[in-house]
Amino acid sequence: MNQPLPAGGRSTRVAGAAARWVLGKIGGGLFVLWAVATAIFFGIRMIPGDPAEAIMGGPGSQASAEALAQARADYGLDAPLYVQYFSQLWRLSTGDLGTSYSLKTPVSEVLGELVPPTLVLAVLALLVAWALALVVAVLSTRSGALGSALASGLEIVSAAVPHFWLASVLIMLFATALGWLPPVSTNAPAGLVLPVATLALPLAGFLGQVMRDTLEAAHRSPFALSARARGESETGVLLRHSLRHAALPGIALSGWAFGSLLSGAVVVESIFARPGLGRSLLSAVTARDIPMVTGVALLSAGAYVVIMAFSDLAERLADPRMAGS
Amino acid sequence: MNATAPLLRVENLDVAFGETPVVLDVSFTVNPGECLALVGESGSGKSVTARSLIGLAGPGSTVRANALEVAGVDARGLSQRAWRSIRGKRVGFILQDALTSLDPLRKIGKEIDDALRLHGSGSGAARAARVVELLEAVGLDDPVRRASQRSGELSGGMRQRALIASAIALDPALVIADEPTTALDATIAAQVMDLLGGLRAAGSGMLLISHDLAAVANLADSIAVMQGGRIVESGPAERILGDPQHPYTRALLAAVPAGKPRFAPLSPASTRASTPLPDTPQESQAGGRPVLRAEALSKSFTVPGGPDFAAVKDVGFELHAGRTLGVVGESGSGKTTTARMALGLLAPDAGTVELFGEPWSQVPEAARRTRRSALGAIYQDPLSSFDPRLSAGALLADALSFGATRNPRKHAAKISELLALVGLDKDLAGRNPATLSGGQRQRLAIARALAPNPRVLICDEPVSALDVSIQAQVLDLLDDLQRRLGLSYLFISHDLSVIRHMSDEVLVMQGGKIVESGPTEAVFTAPAHPYTRTLLAASPGVVSGR
Repeated sequence: MNQPLPAGGRSTRVAGAAARWVLGKIGGGLFVLWAVATAIFFGIRMIPGDPAEAIMGGPGSQASAEALAQARADYGLDAPLYVQYFSQLWRLSTGDLGTSYSLKTPVSEVLGELVPPTLVLAVLALLVAWALALVVAVLSTRSGALGSALASGLEIVSAAVPHFWLASVLIMLFATALGWLPPVSTNAPAGLVLPVATLALPLAGFLGQVMRDTLEAAHRSPFALSARARGESETGVLLRHSLRHAALPGIALSGWAFGSLLSGAVVVESIFARPGLGRSLLSAVTARDIPMVTGVALLSAGAYVVIMAFSDLAERLADPRMAGS
Repeated sequence: MNATAPLLRVENLDVAFGETPVVLDVSFTVNPGECLALVGESGSGKSVTARSLIGLAGPGSTVRANALEVAGVDARGLSQRAWRSIRGKRVGFILQDALTSLDPLRKIGKEIDDALRLHGSGSGAARAARVVELLEAVGLDDPVRRASQRSGELSGGMRQRALIASAIALDPALVIADEPTTALDATIAAQVMDLLGGLRAAGSGMLLISHDLAAVANLADSIAVMQGGRIVESGPAERILGDPQHPYTRALLAAVPAGKPRFAPLSPASTRASTPLPDTPQESQAGGRPVLRAEALSKSFTVPGGPDFAAVKDVGFELHAGRTLGVVGESGSGKTTTARMALGLLAPDAGTVELFGEPWSQVPEAARRTRRSALGAIYQDPLSSFDPRLSAGALLADALSFGATRNPRKHAAKISELLALVGLDKDLAGRNPATLSGGQRQRLAIARALAPNPRVLICDEPVSALDVSIQAQVLDLLDDLQRRLGLSYLFISHDLSVIRHMSDEVLVMQGGKIVESGPTEAVFTAPAHPYTRTLLAASPGVVSGR
């Protein structure tokens, strides 16, 4: 630790480490996608009921035995399980997500329509959560012990609030009682406010807790004192030193946070009747629409893998101490 | 500004946090080209005094003074904006422990550049050139590359130099240095003191803050001794060091181990354990079988992306009953790796360790476990070696019962006895170690090490984190325990004066090898190896004291 780095060969070693890192991320990501595809394939077959019925329009469709047999043959459901498994893996690996049982359209087409609204929701929620967490953290370091305690209480409460409850309260308050915002979400800015707030507030609580702790510690640290002794202003200490330290745990948590936003979207999109991946996943599971469930799950897993890689990369860029690890 | 006017004039300075006074009625002046040392132990108010001089005493503080002139400016009731124009420009402030005093996320060149930029000094390119010039001036090799490195990539001495560079970037008339060498090895500390001496010779006024009178002796023109927030004695350095008047100054001087013979007490009688010692030291058996013997120990560690690092190469020693074997060397010399192999915590790549003449390092842990009680260890940072959930009593119960119980009531009598042995009040058994002072924690660590009734203690930098006065108490305690219980010590330290005071025989380590060994007096009075001579030259008090 105390030894300075040797001068020679550093750049080639860094390049080698970067290549290893990228290959590791790709390999790990492929493994995760395979594991998800496998878990979904076997998991969904444990739900009682006949997928052929789902193809024919659900349990209430009263399709004839011949029609069901025909559907099984059409969709390859009469083959042995291992044959189905490997042919599905093969199709998925060529990028073919299959055709939705209930919608009868290619899954990739359906997903293409559903991804943008959910992505807008999740990204906005993440940004708002970061902004809220930072504002509360900065304000609390400026307002002493009382402000810090108040911020901490606020963060714990908001982190503990479940999405469905928060959504109901927000609808009752801002849509029903005050009438300021629509209770049903649209892509118009006003329609986005309540769903984004529902997702962002609990996340802001989580992020705020770790970021405020780090910010306060950085503000009290000897390097902050050094900076002040150099003539740095409080704002300068915040911008050039403390905020960067506070961002580190936030960045580390953001990959995880994005995953939790995707699962939060299931609840929020249903409550606000908003089209998106989450709501479609819910209806696809209910309808035993195997290709749709598989497609949504793989897409979410893929998005999660990519986001985690980016958050890891962002962490390395923000914290040069991690570059060697 | 008048050239003969003092750079710093403080009259009747009072600093309080809320209702608690921390600095009381402190007055001093510093003239250009002059160095005043403010000396006292932790909590004496010296750091708060220093920070008050740049308006950074801290949140919740009240600063009052009849006069507070800093670099020609009346600093009483100054606005934050006015303070910022003084900090860094007229007053350079160097904190201790450069590892945490430089932002680990930023390049050191940026940190130094900040000082220039904040006071509007030149264009970006001019500033970049000045940064390199400064890094060169403080003696860093390859300054262009160093400017783009971060504090974590530099050694302790380099970091301290970089921190000094950031403080003197604008040639401040006054430099305040708070324990600038405390965390450094002797040779590095001597270089940093030389660097500060050069600044003073160039005409800077200097306020030097330290807990160690010996550390400031070479640089200070005058010394002010602080205790409990007040200056209890002040005057020219030679007078304070040669003819101290106040009992506290005398105690501080007495606490310096340099030049004090083996077993001579360093701390005042009131702070030592009260039970009388046996008159004669326990019979030492230099000729008998060694209690701990190491032969040809070697250990390498793998370094990611580099060649293996040989931490210890061919190290052998013998420790005899009732004796102390000192191991001295700078950071990275392999002292701690040797200690860990002696403790049986790390398997040597080659070589053997024998405990009481029987194999120790080469047998499996199961065979060692029953004999572990004979071997104890104390470390530099006792707090991190304590389970934070356990009270002092529970820690001792745990050690007394070999982990069977943590209930202090089961061993109440023995716990009181152990606490008395190390000079701690038995009421401390109920306290959490985090609430104890540094000296109390190290005493507790010693009590815990003594709980299984060991014959050999391995002491790895046991006093390095302590103030000189507390260090004196802990060293006296170790002396006292050695004579009372006939213990043998393997005593590791980077501090030559501590090693000379504590050891019968000494090993000098450099780069994982023993470069010199022998009876302490012989090694210190007639060093044979050039490295030993370098180390001794860097610690002036160690040789001249006797």
